Amino acid sequence: MELIKLTIDGELLEVEKDTSILKAAKTVGIEIPTLCFFELKDMGIENKPGGCRICVVEIKGRRNLAPACTTRVENGMIISTHSIRVLNARRTVLELILSDHPAECLTCAKSGSCELQSMAQQLGVREIPFQGEQSAYRKDTSPAIIRDIDKCIMCRRCELMCNEVQTVGALSAVNRGFMAVVAPAFEMNLEKSPCTYCGQCVSVCPTGALTEVDHSRNVINALADPAKTVVVQTAPAVRAALGEEFGLMPGTLVTGKMAAALRRLGFDYVFDTDFAADLTIMEEGSELLDRLTRYLKGDKNANLPILTSCCPGWVNFFEHNFPELRDIPSTAKSPQQMFGPIAKEYFGKKLGIDRKDLIVVSIMPCLAKKYECQREEFKVNGDPDVNFSLSTRELAQLIKQANIDFNSLPDEGFDNPLGESTGASVIFGTTGGVIEAACRTAYELFTGKKLEKVDFKELRGFENIRHATIDFDGLPINIGIAHGLGNARKLLEDIQAGRNQFHAIEIMACPGGCIGGGGQPFHHGNSEILKQRAAALYKEDDGKTIRKSHENPFIIELYKEFLGKPLGEKSHHLLHTKYFDRSSSVFVEE
Amino acid sequence: MAKIKLSEKKKQELKEVCKSFNNEKSELINVLHKAQGIFGYLPAEVQESIAQELNLSIAHVYGVVTFYSFFTMVPKGEHPISICLGTACYVRGAEKVLEEFKRVLKVQVGETTPDGKFSLSCLRCVGACGLAPVVMVGEKVYGRVSPEGVKEIVAEYNS
Ligand code: SF4
Ligand code: SF4
Ligand code: SF4
Repeated sequence: MELIKLTIDGELLEVEKDTSILKAAKTVGIEIPTLCFFELKDMGIENKPGGCRICVVEIKGRRNLAPACTTRVENGMIISTHSIRVLNARRTVLELILSDHPAECLTCAKSGSCELQSMAQQLGVREIPFQGEQSAYRKDTSPAIIRDIDKCIMCRRCELMCNEVQTVGALSAVNRGFMAVVAPAFEMNLEKSPCTYCGQCVSVCPTGALTEVDHSRNVINALADPAKTVVVQTAPAVRAALGEEFGLMPGTLVTGKMAAALRRLGFDYVFDTDFAADLTIMEEGSELLDRLTRYLKGDKNANLPILTSCCPGWVNFFEHNFPELRDIPSTAKSPQQMFGPIAKEYFGKKLGIDRKDLIVVSIMPCLAKKYECQREEFKVNGDPDVNFSLSTRELAQLIKQANIDFNSLPDEGFDNPLGESTGASVIFGTTGGVIEAACRTAYELFTGKKLEKVDFKELRGFENIRHATIDFDGLPINIGIAHGLGNARKLLEDIQAGRNQFHAIEIMACPGGCIGGGGQPFHHGNSEILKQRAAALYKEDDGKTIRKSHENPFIIELYKEFLGKPLGEKSHHLLHTKYFDRSSSVFVEE
Repeated sequence: MAKIKLSEKKKQELKEVCKSFNNEKSELINVLHKAQGIFGYLPAEVQESIAQELNLSIAHVYGVVTFYSFFTMVPKGEHPISICLGTACYVRGAEKVLEEFKRVLKVQVGETTPDGKFSLSCLRCVGACGLAPVVMVGEKVYGRVSPEGVKEIVAEYNS
């Protein structure tokens, strides 16, 4: 490996050849400001179009300032990152960007976590000397995501996520010059595009150009309505990230404080999506066993591999891109959507509450769930099984609005019966977790033996595509795992080409799984945060007494009292769904 | 966006074009060029087909189409009208002529009248500077056009 010697701000340093000035500076603690640059280390995700020019530096002997993100180090370079020339240029660049940016910070959804706003702070911009025409593009509201393109600074991070990482291709820079915007084909609304609502574009957008549809007002109204009973469910990944919104270290588990906060917000019952995740495992695991048994008996139509179906971003993706494979995913609904009918048809009925008077709210790391709960097939006579889905960020906002000092809250538990969960369900929130949970249950049901070691470490990690073989008492079960839709696409294409033989595959739309979901606190490209969140979930799993879904006493009770058996008639009706071919409906012309 | 339905024959032709470029993503601009030659413009359905053949996202294809001013998504009119805005024509009042065409036809540059009869575009010097300002309708050249003469020209094709 060749080393390059150079000087940055008077500091002598040595870095590997081909390093950018930006990264070289980082090694000696110099943080050159950036706007369009973005990376998620270890996941091979990097955006450096060199377009915003905020990161310019002065290199001795060169006439022009150079962008630090795209300029590579050379031997003997003498670089200044804050000479007067650099400071002036950097500020002018920012002032120019701001001259075509609506000064709406006070009411902007992104205020407080906007990178443009903090850049203006950091560079001490106090006025915008340039006055010019401002773009006026229509606002586009989809079921999950709002595009307010006047706030776009053309950093093109969203394109990177949507096109390179997710391979969805919903967004592209279109038009030129002043008219240039990032938009779906033919500048149609996002709803008409192949968008999966994974929300990855939202999670990387530095400004308020892409944000989630906020449902917290609806929830506040429901909570204030004495005629309504309002129950809440919280997804596994939320407890590992919510604390970050209150200044806690990434990876701080706030399960107990979160339950306490929800109770103080006025929810009548604080339940857990983890309970529904255990239920998902019962149904999905049984389906795996059913197909496996048929396959072992020589049934050619056994539809293996089985693909997990608990991620609505992924469901949208295969409905658009692989409709011919839509018989293969498990028909089990996602945990969010299993919880809905159980709350309304079982719990509500038990209490004698009409389903219209029972409001189910979900707290999700996810934006795709906002769309999922609005799907027609998840409604009964127009009444949705899950009424509103809030993101982790929206919950934090609600807690702050209610004047709750989150960090001093006591740890409280969930309510029963829909609040009890096992370790298996907790790890649903990270890549590999769903399939590990399924293995714990499928193993015992299939072999009839007790699983001594419940940790399947071979299924864990952050590698983009992972393979592992699990020993089901002499029967090798091949497992595939992909997170990020681009990786999912690769895995599916391999299967279609017959290059891979799997029995079961877990797919999560978001890099890292739900811990990296589009509704989570912004990680600003720090992949360490994702790792900490994952570690927190494995820790919570490890600390649970019950770690297999089929041993959850309330799940056992639910089947005994209400559902019958997994894959039974009632389960089929309430807990399973079907998928649609949406490939052709994408660009229907008006 | 006008709704059009590509005929099977044209679809096949388009496929052949893509194939002649080995369905290479990097040949997108060339493919679009050829396609515009066949159809006269690039309607949404043509862009969709090309995206499919070259395995690109439709958004990307649309991005390229809207980036280059050469590409158009509007069909040319039966009688395409071009106004020369070259230096000679410009100084002799071509802009006023253009404004008058816009007013009379009720379209902007790059647009086509709803009945499909006329489309309006601008050109750079057609080499007939002696006749400035110059207007072309189809292949026919009109010289020394004044704003007052615009109605007359349009009327010629409106009978
Ligand atoms: S939500 Fe996902 S699929 Fe939709 S535009 Fe954003 S990145 Fe693309
Ligand atoms: S929408 Fe956001 S992420 Fe996309 S280019 Fe604009 S500012 Fe960047
Ligand atoms: S991985 Fe999780 S957060 Fe991301 S779309 Fe899927 S369910 Fe939602």
